[in-house]
Amino acid sequence: MSNDVSLHGHSEVAASHNAHHEEHGVHHHKEAFITKYVFSQDHKMICKQFIITGMIWAILGGLMSVLFRLQLGYPDTSFPILEDIFGKWAQGGKIKPEFYYALVTMHGTVLVFFVLTGGLSGTFANFLIPLQVGARDMASPFLNMLSYWFFFMASVVILSSLFVQTGPASGGWTVYPPLSALGDASQGSKAGIDLWITGMALFVVSSLLGGLNYITTILNMRTKGMSMTRLPLTIWAILFTAILGVLSFPVLLSGLILLLFDRHAGTSFYLSDIFISSTQKALPNEGGSAILFQHLFWFLGHPEVYIIILPAMGLVSEVLSVNSRKPVFGYMAMVGSLFAITILAFLVWAHHMFITGLNPFLGSVFVLLTLLIAVPSAIKVFNWLTTLWKGNIRFTPAMLFAIGFVSLFISGGLTGIFLGNSTLDIALHDTYFVVAHFHIVMGVSAFFGMFAGVYHWFPKMYGRYLNNTMGYIHFWVTLIGAYLIFWPMHYEGLAGMPRRYMDYSGWVSFRQFGDLNRFISTVAMVVFAVQLMFVFNFFYSIFKGRRVTNQNPWGAATMEWTTPIRPGHGNWPGEIPEVHRWAYDYAKDGREFIPQTEPVSGNESKH
Amino acid sequence: MSQAITAGQKWWSGGKSPYNVEYGKLMMWFFLMSDAFTFGAFLISYGTIRFSSNSWPNPNEVFRSFPGVKGEMPIPLAFVSLMTFILIMSSVTMVMAVAAGHNNDRKGVMKWMAWTILGGLAFLSCQAWEWTHLHSEGAWWGANPFLNIDGTQSSTNFTNFFFTITGFHGFHVFSGVIINIIMLIMTWKGSFDRKGHYLMIEKAGLYWHFVDLVWVFVFTCFYLL
Repeated sequence: MSNDVSLHGHSEVAASHNAHHEEHGVHHHKEAFITKYVFSQDHKMICKQFIITGMIWAILGGLMSVLFRLQLGYPDTSFPILEDIFGKWAQGGKIKPEFYYALVTMHGTVLVFFVLTGGLSGTFANFLIPLQVGARDMASPFLNMLSYWFFFMASVVILSSLFVQTGPASGGWTVYPPLSALGDASQGSKAGIDLWITGMALFVVSSLLGGLNYITTILNMRTKGMSMTRLPLTIWAILFTAILGVLSFPVLLSGLILLLFDRHAGTSFYLSDIFISSTQKALPNEGGSAILFQHLFWFLGHPEVYIIILPAMGLVSEVLSVNSRKPVFGYMAMVGSLFAITILAFLVWAHHMFITGLNPFLGSVFVLLTLLIAVPSAIKVFNWLTTLWKGNIRFTPAMLFAIGFVSLFISGGLTGIFLGNSTLDIALHDTYFVVAHFHIVMGVSAFFGMFAGVYHWFPKMYGRYLNNTMGYIHFWVTLIGAYLIFWPMHYEGLAGMPRRYMDYSGWVSFRQFGDLNRFISTVAMVVFAVQLMFVFNFFYSIFKGRRVTNQNPWGAATMEWTTPIRPGHGNWPGEIPEVHRWAYDYAKDGREFIPQTEPVSGNESKH
Repeated sequence: MSQAITAGQKWWSGGKSPYNVEYGKLMMWFFLMSDAFTFGAFLISYGTIRFSSNSWPNPNEVFRSFPGVKGEMPIPLAFVSLMTFILIMSSVTMVMAVAAGHNNDRKGVMKWMAWTILGGLAFLSCQAWEWTHLHSEGAWWGANPFLNIDGTQSSTNFTNFFFTITGFHGFHVFSGVIINIIMLIMTWKGSFDRKGHYLMIEKAGLYWHFVDLVWVFVFTCFYLL
């Protein structure tokens, strides 16, 4: 009884919801600056807010890496300019150890969370979901706006932590206690960590509001005919990303709340039997477990790397198919492997903890589960390669970045097989091999996916093209540079060179890598400079780029290209088109592509 | 069934909600899943720490007080049983409010929402009393006056987890009461009559039942085990 009454109620709600959006599409009222550009509820504007905030963070995070690469490349040289800028943190022109650790910590935090999670998902989920599923906007444009502003507040808090007297968090982006729990243990464990925790809590709220919106929009707001299996792979990837975020970030939040209590309320969740050398004091805390934090952290931390890489995979799948002028190979296998990765993402976290005192039997279970991820990953790689196979490839900058992504994902994925084995991990953990692995497989790869997306959808975002020449330079320097930076690190790591040291010249075993480190640092600076060129290209092209004159410049089958060149709030001026086919009808029946909105004719061949 | 669903209805083919659920309700379900992971992480942390401890205080000894009763009660857990009863009753009144909403019965919704709010406030008051009482006994974050069940000195983690997790739950109840008060005001102002449905009451109800359900786990983990 109550059930069918509620069913009745719901359909009315859905109808009124659509009607509300319908109005937006029809008459276009002039909006005030503040509601159009600042507190905008238009998903396309929120996407732009995310990407620009993300770019600012990427520049800051990249700059941090340039600074510590400067230290690693030239440990004996002093740079007086550093003291001019950073004062006591670089006294005598040399980076102080506390500063070095702060740089590394904030580099990780900023790039993992604020660029590759907030920036990447925030940008493309907001932009592509309504446009590709055929909706006027997100399910809740208001919560979507809040999601950005929580991200903004998180950014402000984290940014302000760079300016406190004792410096920002400096115990690594994983903020392991007891170091992070005890203000007496290091400078960075004072106010810096409190701001870090506050900023991350705000970030979790932002990611939750965003994620709920992404999931409900994809499930509920698809246009007529857009069944789940007609969704472009970008949307599938974003859906799984959002599910991962909604289920894993709360666990980090719990872990951080307990950490906050350990810091300020005298609790012992993570603390037991501790003696601090700086104060010569034994602490009364007992009964806690530092490893508990690692479990809570990595229960987020591992899904987090898939939160970073899945959207990139989705973008790449789409760009590869469009620019190979071929249907994506193995659509259902692609969806299935995304699903498998999502499930496995929750079952492998302890491979980050093989040597923290985990029971070896438990370790072997996690080895098995970890290596299982190779299966869906390999399915995806083979499908990308077979999508390219015999394709009519157009080497646009977006396509180059997508191909570069596949190359990097293979290179970085192979070293994952090494590290996923607990036995090998005994030797390899905490060396540069690990640094090389995760930078290639999730850092640079995700960036390549993001760049592919930006070059491909920039015309849709701003109605202008990015400059191609700068795009090609950007691609080649970044690709070659990324390999030149991280390839030698594998070698250093296999030779036993540990991470997290700021100066290797004191060790005979590692002194020999001085030249190599200098080489890596030089390349890192060149690559950073090229990213600045990309940023220039981005802003220059917003205003001065070549105008888009063709509604569908790439000849793509997906729905976003059926909107006007500069769509207003509401996306489609008239009714939302109906969808009649999947997203990948390329090179079919002698036609280059068939848009999803075109009805299937009787004499069409089956795919 | 006034509205039969035809067998051939394609729920997933776009243009309609696959579960015939309004987006806000779907969002609430996913939010509750997320929140379940937050509480899950807390309770599992509690479980691992307790499991790795040699011994633990006995809740039947710790929770024996009742307001107005001098000394200890002859039976353990009397007060928390009352608290739990109040919270569960407030879920029942919430069910009544949602049912009244289905019938577009504004008066009924207001009556039952008022009872639900009252139940929530009563629960929060009980919790405030219990916390104050425990505090007066010397228990707080970082301070545990209770001995282990085997008579040995206990670590502070018994109280640490107790205050953190019941506090986090209390915070949820508090948020729920605020939400319910807003719902009551909106009902009173006739917002839902103008919309033509009381779905918001249903969504607030989902949250309220979830908070209630979480209490069952919190109650089990801290008072019964």
